[in-house]
Amino acid sequence: MTLTEARSRMNPRSILIWTAVAIVGAVAWGVLALARGENISAIWLVAAALGSYAIAYRFYARFIVRRVLQADDSRATPGERVNNGTDFQPMDRRVLFGHHFAAIAGAGPLVGPVLAAQMGYLPGTIWIIVGVIFAGAVQDMVVLFFSMRRDGRSLGQMARDEIGVVGGIAALIAVFAIMIILLAVLALVVVNALAHSPWGTFSIAMTIPIALFMGVYMRSIRPGRVVETSLIGVALLLLAILAGGWVQNSSWAEAFTLDPRTLVICLVIYGFAASVLPVWMLLAPRDYLSTFMKIGTIVLLALGVVFTAPVLQTEAFTRFAFSGEGPVFAGSLFPFVFITIACGALSGFHALVSSGTTPKLIQKESQVRLIGYGAMLMESFVAVMALIAACILDPGLYFAMNAPAGLLGSTVESASEAVNNLGFQITPQELSAAAAAVQESTLVARTGGAPTLAVGMSEIFSGAFGGDALKAFWYHFAIMFEALFILTTVDAGTRVGRYMLQDTLGNVYKPFSDVNWKPGLWFTSAVVVLAWGYFLYAGVTDPLGGINQLFPLFGIANQLLAAVALTVATTILIKTGRAKYAWVTLVPLAWDAAVTLTASWQKIFSADPKLGFFAQRDRYAAALEEGQVLAPATDLDDMRAVVTNSTVDGVLSILFAALIVIVIANAVVVWYRALTSSEPLPSTEVPAVPSTIVAPSGLIATAEEKRALAAAGERS
Amino acid sequence: MTSLAEAWRGVRWYLRELTGESQYERYLERHAREHAGTPPLSRREFERRRIDGLEPRPGSRCC
Repeated sequence: MTLTEARSRMNPRSILIWTAVAIVGAVAWGVLALARGENISAIWLVAAALGSYAIAYRFYARFIVRRVLQADDSRATPGERVNNGTDFQPMDRRVLFGHHFAAIAGAGPLVGPVLAAQMGYLPGTIWIIVGVIFAGAVQDMVVLFFSMRRDGRSLGQMARDEIGVVGGIAALIAVFAIMIILLAVLALVVVNALAHSPWGTFSIAMTIPIALFMGVYMRSIRPGRVVETSLIGVALLLLAILAGGWVQNSSWAEAFTLDPRTLVICLVIYGFAASVLPVWMLLAPRDYLSTFMKIGTIVLLALGVVFTAPVLQTEAFTRFAFSGEGPVFAGSLFPFVFITIACGALSGFHALVSSGTTPKLIQKESQVRLIGYGAMLMESFVAVMALIAACILDPGLYFAMNAPAGLLGSTVESASEAVNNLGFQITPQELSAAAAAVQESTLVARTGGAPTLAVGMSEIFSGAFGGDALKAFWYHFAIMFEALFILTTVDAGTRVGRYMLQDTLGNVYKPFSDVNWKPGLWFTSAVVVLAWGYFLYAGVTDPLGGINQLFPLFGIANQLLAAVALTVATTILIKTGRAKYAWVTLVPLAWDAAVTLTASWQKIFSADPKLGFFAQRDRYAAALEEGQVLAPATDLDDMRAVVTNSTVDGVLSILFAALIVIVIANAVVVWYRALTSSEPLPSTEVPAVPSTIVAPSGLIATAEEKRALAAAGERS
Repeated sequence: MTSLAEAWRGVRWYLRELTGESQYERYLERHAREHAGTPPLSRREFERRRIDGLEPRPGSRCC
């Protein structure tokens, strides 16, 4: 039964409502675009975002579902057809929305916008909102739909089926490479946030015994009582944050004051343990904990922004948007804003979630709009809030926290002077006061985005709940919340990487493909943790500042994966005779390819040593040959580290650019063949089976859907 | 029923579904339908198999 069709005509009431939404959105955009030289309220950002999302969801997403994808609710989904009670089963759309959102949203949308704030609030805002509407949410929904029509095949498998062996292998390498870089960059964010912070380190360390306790509780004491266990876990977590403050002021503080290198070793050991331990002990309980914290904190942040209506301190565009000399990351607005903000606008990684797990759980085909497009809009909104949290900070403080240590020096005086040289003002006293307010020893060069976001969030939260007295609590709450997400990603990502490696090695030596074969399990886990551990260690010790070097690489890898996903989607549209609608995925693909290839080009060929990896390598190698030490390096070992890192990063940039060109070139051949073929190419879809489930299409059931549900005896 | 009680029921239903806590009831229904007469798994055994079944597919977690 098709419930969606009855709603195709708009009544006068809905015309009125949608006109109002459009006006609110347009006015908010107008304020953002025209306000210059005065500080504006963050509410305008929220209004512009929500107004645009509503219009896009109502009109554009619906157009894609109906006309382009031709979703058919009379056709059974894999969840309904296969329904084995485990990975295939029809799940309530609202529950699946929660699952899908928890899987796609993590620390990514929180970090990218904070870094991109160096160019002002407007470039990031425009890209997050326009990007999600025309690229990110479209990618997630389209991949979800096509995977659903193919029994939940993964992106790699679809690339092989639709494009060919070469495209398939390139996609596989891209997935593995991005996983390693992603884990290294996220782990680097954690290391930078916890270094020399006994409060943060203690709180995060406590999450491990808390998760282990939850695991044992759910397995042996109260089997299956997940909600109860999670609530106990959240309570213990809040206690751990409070206790961190006591630890910081006690004799234990020293034991939890770790330098970055020690933290790297701890993280690598932790990642290995998490990968080889059974999932019930660490991974599953941590996942529940992180899901609860995620939903709770995001709701809290949204309420905080709306209630306190903070004022943006950053300009719309800083001069770094055009000069390309920003201290946080090098390069100008195009292409680097679009690389730096991946999650929240367009994130290729989502294609891995949208193919595989989620499509096997959908009840009705038309629900891809709510789950694919809707969940991504929500992630985009999280990114907008992260941007707000960074932009309400004084720009002087922002740059004192985010410029690399090599530029800022290690004291508040040197940092203040460096910030003044950048053209912003902050006195040493103000810097000390800001650190004291959140009870950290220093905020100078706390790069990685997490500490900046935490200061911004503590500003918002303490304005809404608790006042200045709770600032330090909210700061460490925000650090904990971000570190918790990241460690969950490190757990799961290491394991996924391990399976990929086991699967691949299984082709060479059979026992590897048995996921429980102990030597194989240990070997592949070790390879994966050492791979990201290498980049993490290099990032931590990089004299030029690891985040500044690695983040662009992460962005390029993520957008490369998006290019693979959009190429697969375009290929399917063309092969199934829908070439006239192929622009829906082809336009974002063209944009994404332009951004990624321009960024790669600049990273490889730019003669500016701040921007081009090889130019940087040449400059330091030449100095090294003459025994010179170039600042910010302090000795010859530093110089060697810079040479090695820039070589590795440069080679990776070449690899990523080559992969993207191979995948697209291979696909273009397939497009040409499909367009010139006299008969349609064979379909890769699973044949249609009629559906017997009755379920609403959108978030809220319409009156007619409610009647149909009541007739079938289902809950709405 | 007051609207507050209804909201509470809704939240409870959502959390139980989201965490998979209600899977056991669904299993019992299914078991009674398809294997009537045989004893179903205990809650402990069912939960053990459910969580161990996650082993080969931890699910990607994005950034």
